[in-house]
Amino acid sequence: MDSVIALFNSFVNDWPNLSLAIGLILLPLLPLIISVAMYVWWERKVIGWMHVRMGPNQVGPLGLAQAFADVFKLLFKEITVPEKASTFLFYLAPLIALVPAMAAWAVVPIGDKMAWSNANAGLLYLLAMTSLGVYGIVLAGWASNSKYAFLGAMRAAAQVVSYEIAMGMAIVSVLILTGSLNLSDVVQAQAGSKGFLEWYWLPLLPMFVIYFISGVAETNRAPFDVTEGESEIVAGFHVEYSGSAFAIFFLAEYANMILVAFLSSVLFLGGWLSPLQGWGLGILSAPGWWWLFAKAFVMAFLFLWFRATFPRYRYDQIMRLGWKVFIPITIAWTFVAGCLAFFGGVTIGPGGTP
Amino acid sequence: MTTQLVIFYFFATVLVASALAVITLKNSVHAALSLVLTFFTAAGIWILAEAEFLGLALIVVYVGAVMVLFLFVVMMLDIKPESMREGFIRFLPVGVIVALVMLVEMLSLIGVKALQAQALPPNPALADGSNTAWLGKALYTQFLLPFEIAALILTVALIAAVTLTLRKRSGVRTQKPSEQVQVQRNERLRVVKMASEGKPGESA
Amino acid sequence: MISLTDILTLLPESFLTVAICALLLLDLFLKPGQRSITHYLAIAVLGVTGWLVLQHYGAPRAFGGMFVRDGIADVLKVFLLLTTALVFVYARPYLRDRGLFVGEYYILSLFAVLGMMLLVSAGSMVMIYLGLELLALSSYALVALNRDSPLSSEAAMKYFVLGALASGMLLYGMSMIYGATGTLDLDKIHAAAAATPQRGMLLFGVVFVVVGIAFKFGAAPFHMWLPDVYQGAPTAVTAFIGSAPKLAAFGMAYRMFESGLGSVGPYWQQMLAVLAVMSLAIGNIAAIMQSNLKRMLAYSTISHVGFLLLGLVNGQPAGYAAAMFYAISYALTAAAAFGMILLLSRAGFESEEIDDFKGLNQRAPWYAFLMALVMFSLAGVPPLFGFFGKLLVLKAAVDAGALWLAIVGAVFAIIGIYYYLRVVKVMYFDGADDASALPPVADAPVRTLISINALALLVLGLTWGPLYGWCARALGIAQ
Repeated sequence: MDSVIALFNSFVNDWPNLSLAIGLILLPLLPLIISVAMYVWWERKVIGWMHVRMGPNQVGPLGLAQAFADVFKLLFKEITVPEKASTFLFYLAPLIALVPAMAAWAVVPIGDKMAWSNANAGLLYLLAMTSLGVYGIVLAGWASNSKYAFLGAMRAAAQVVSYEIAMGMAIVSVLILTGSLNLSDVVQAQAGSKGFLEWYWLPLLPMFVIYFISGVAETNRAPFDVTEGESEIVAGFHVEYSGSAFAIFFLAEYANMILVAFLSSVLFLGGWLSPLQGWGLGILSAPGWWWLFAKAFVMAFLFLWFRATFPRYRYDQIMRLGWKVFIPITIAWTFVAGCLAFFGGVTIGPGGTP
Repeated sequence: MTTQLVIFYFFATVLVASALAVITLKNSVHAALSLVLTFFTAAGIWILAEAEFLGLALIVVYVGAVMVLFLFVVMMLDIKPESMREGFIRFLPVGVIVALVMLVEMLSLIGVKALQAQALPPNPALADGSNTAWLGKALYTQFLLPFEIAALILTVALIAAVTLTLRKRSGVRTQKPSEQVQVQRNERLRVVKMASEGKPGESA
Repeated sequence: MISLTDILTLLPESFLTVAICALLLLDLFLKPGQRSITHYLAIAVLGVTGWLVLQHYGAPRAFGGMFVRDGIADVLKVFLLLTTALVFVYARPYLRDRGLFVGEYYILSLFAVLGMMLLVSAGSMVMIYLGLELLALSSYALVALNRDSPLSSEAAMKYFVLGALASGMLLYGMSMIYGATGTLDLDKIHAAAAATPQRGMLLFGVVFVVVGIAFKFGAAPFHMWLPDVYQGAPTAVTAFIGSAPKLAAFGMAYRMFESGLGSVGPYWQQMLAVLAVMSLAIGNIAAIMQSNLKRMLAYSTISHVGFLLLGLVNGQPAGYAAAMFYAISYALTAAAAFGMILLLSRAGFESEEIDDFKGLNQRAPWYAFLMALVMFSLAGVPPLFGFFGKLLVLKAAVDAGALWLAIVGAVFAIIGIYYYLRVVKVMYFDGADDASALPPVADAPVRTLISINALALLVLGLTWGPLYGWCARALGIAQ
């Protein structure tokens, strides 16, 4: 018994450190939530322009407050639970979708070693977290006890698992060229004197394209949004959700999109490095977080562009694309990346093999 | 260290509880989800023990892929919980005896282990903290042959799965997406040049 | 670090692996009518692999002791490949008649052969486990090959579940042995086991390993899956899993018990003795009651496993050599026995009941004679091959001082003769329901080879010396 009390006491003594850690963990959430709101607004604007419409323009200047108005509307709405739903899982599902989407941000660096956790196995951690998001969708579909929701969930499970393989192989090829699982090392390995030509998008061009497309598929965005598929299965896995539960799904989806945008910038587009690095142009050649944000903005814009442009893939076509096109290409290019690293076609970064 | 200990006990409690839930819950989907939680907390304990590669690999492989497909199947099957419980009472005595024997064996084993506080010394190769690189090196040098054979086993599993499930049925009309996506525009659409028909009111 | 020597040492296995993958790809592009190409290539691959086994490239150990290449491994591999090739030839008409003539039969069988080759060459517990799994996974799929047959699916399911359980046992035992000795390497276990302070844990591990291996062997009381699997699987598959894997099982038991745990022999020898006696009793007595020939052969397998274990019990080189000789004689005889069932079966007629052999002498005297040879060899009637296997095993047991085991073995061998002779009696003394001559077997290679195989049982019985000499030399016994 004494040992238990001692344990408890030391735990309490440790509490300031622990609460600081918890505070640090919660710190990035608010900016993330705000950027999700702005991203939603930007999406509606961009798609509006592409459709030759105005987009939201009533609430606030340029309609900027529209997203917040929507959030508050959703928060004040009632959450209806279908009568035969599995209530506990029904409420749990959105949270399970949200937590990995937030947790993944822990290892994303915005500058050299500037991450909440400069973990050595950062890339693996990211893979682990992104692979968890599908549980929210699958659970939502099952717990709703609704045919459309279930169909969406089944589609999501198969789709996400399939595209995860291609995504994982793309990350493996980055890993081969970097020699480290640390995301800061990944960016540092892309530093050099030849500007944006030093980045991994060039030697790993097919992987870059596949990674981003798989990212779109993983987040269930158009043209891979068969899990929602408004025209076929109404709203897919979240057809039964309303109010704040729906808002959380929404939040998780957009947080994941921003995450994919950031990650493709970090992995393939040199992270916080300047595209003009090594050219001696003063501030223009200097690294900085603004480069990362600019790159992520462009990648995030691509999501919206895709949505406005491409018709939805049919489900079997998605499976074919994932298994018969992407996975063979990624396997082949992993081999190419290995050859590049082995024969010295690409300099192995500072993280290099110890 | 003590915070770690508290976290360890927390994870361990959740692990045992969820593992118990796996075998006691009636609903198979709930049981599968408990298994997910079991894996997840096991990964947490491994990471706490500084085996971060194993822990994360457990999440990526088991939680992220295997269990998703497992859930997929379990959700598709309409298992009635009642029928699963038939024979539970009948086999209970046998089960209890086996469980007791196992328990005694385990306890005697733990007793043996307790006499020898540290059965094996920690691997000096892991001293630098990151075991991912060490694991990779060991797999590709010392354990290269078993590693390759494990790959062969997976190949066999793949071939076996395809052999047992791929069934070419005749007389069934299916879509072939790989052919569909290779369609050219001129196979589906013909642009015909023709004279204007004129306005509706005019006679041609 | 791997070197060229490592690769040369592994040349037969490497060649087999590459050839299987090439065959798998080639098979994709063959039309259904061209399946014979896969058939002949598979046999050719086995032949080339066998030739490579006989070339002594490389070193006795490779990959840091993971892979061992000694006389035992070479002898077992040669007979593994030979038995598999025989089965391939016998199986072709059967498979063709039943729409099972698919490339996967050959691919999976070859993968199983690869697993067995790695198993008999294992120098580490990891390799034992992985080789075993490669063999087991291929076998599960092979048993389920005929998906339209509920019996076949049930057999595959039982095989899979019990096989997985056995793998779990084996792995658990291995983890205990690893915990007690701190190494996976069989040689190092041999050195460390006798001196380990954790004898309890080691013993615990040995128990689980024995149970796991007994499961895989099909030794009683862990034999429950065997009759169902033998009966349920397509006969072409039964012929494969009933013959060659027994050689691999001997190799595995030798590696695990002698190479690894040889220094703590008393730990496992008692258990093997119990397993041997139970297998002899259950196998021989249950076989008497069977009316299905495949099922009867399954029980006879259990009794033969009992004999094989008799050779292992005393832990002497002479016993191992006898057990190895026994395994070889059993594999060749079983291949012939299942070959006869395959030969006499036709489309829509399995020929697997003992009654199906009624009056075979009137209908096809030559095949009846061959079948009688096979049955006599299985029963251990002198001067056939099987007799000398039994003789050597019993002699080894007597020499090692286990007289009571030898007596038990002899008693059950005599009981066993009864049910083998029943088949002979049915063939020669019962009238056939349909006395017309059997339609001639179309496949000339099958006809020729089964005759050679059955006659070889007689020839090898008369001249068993050189083969036993080979086994004895492999185990380092001076002649």
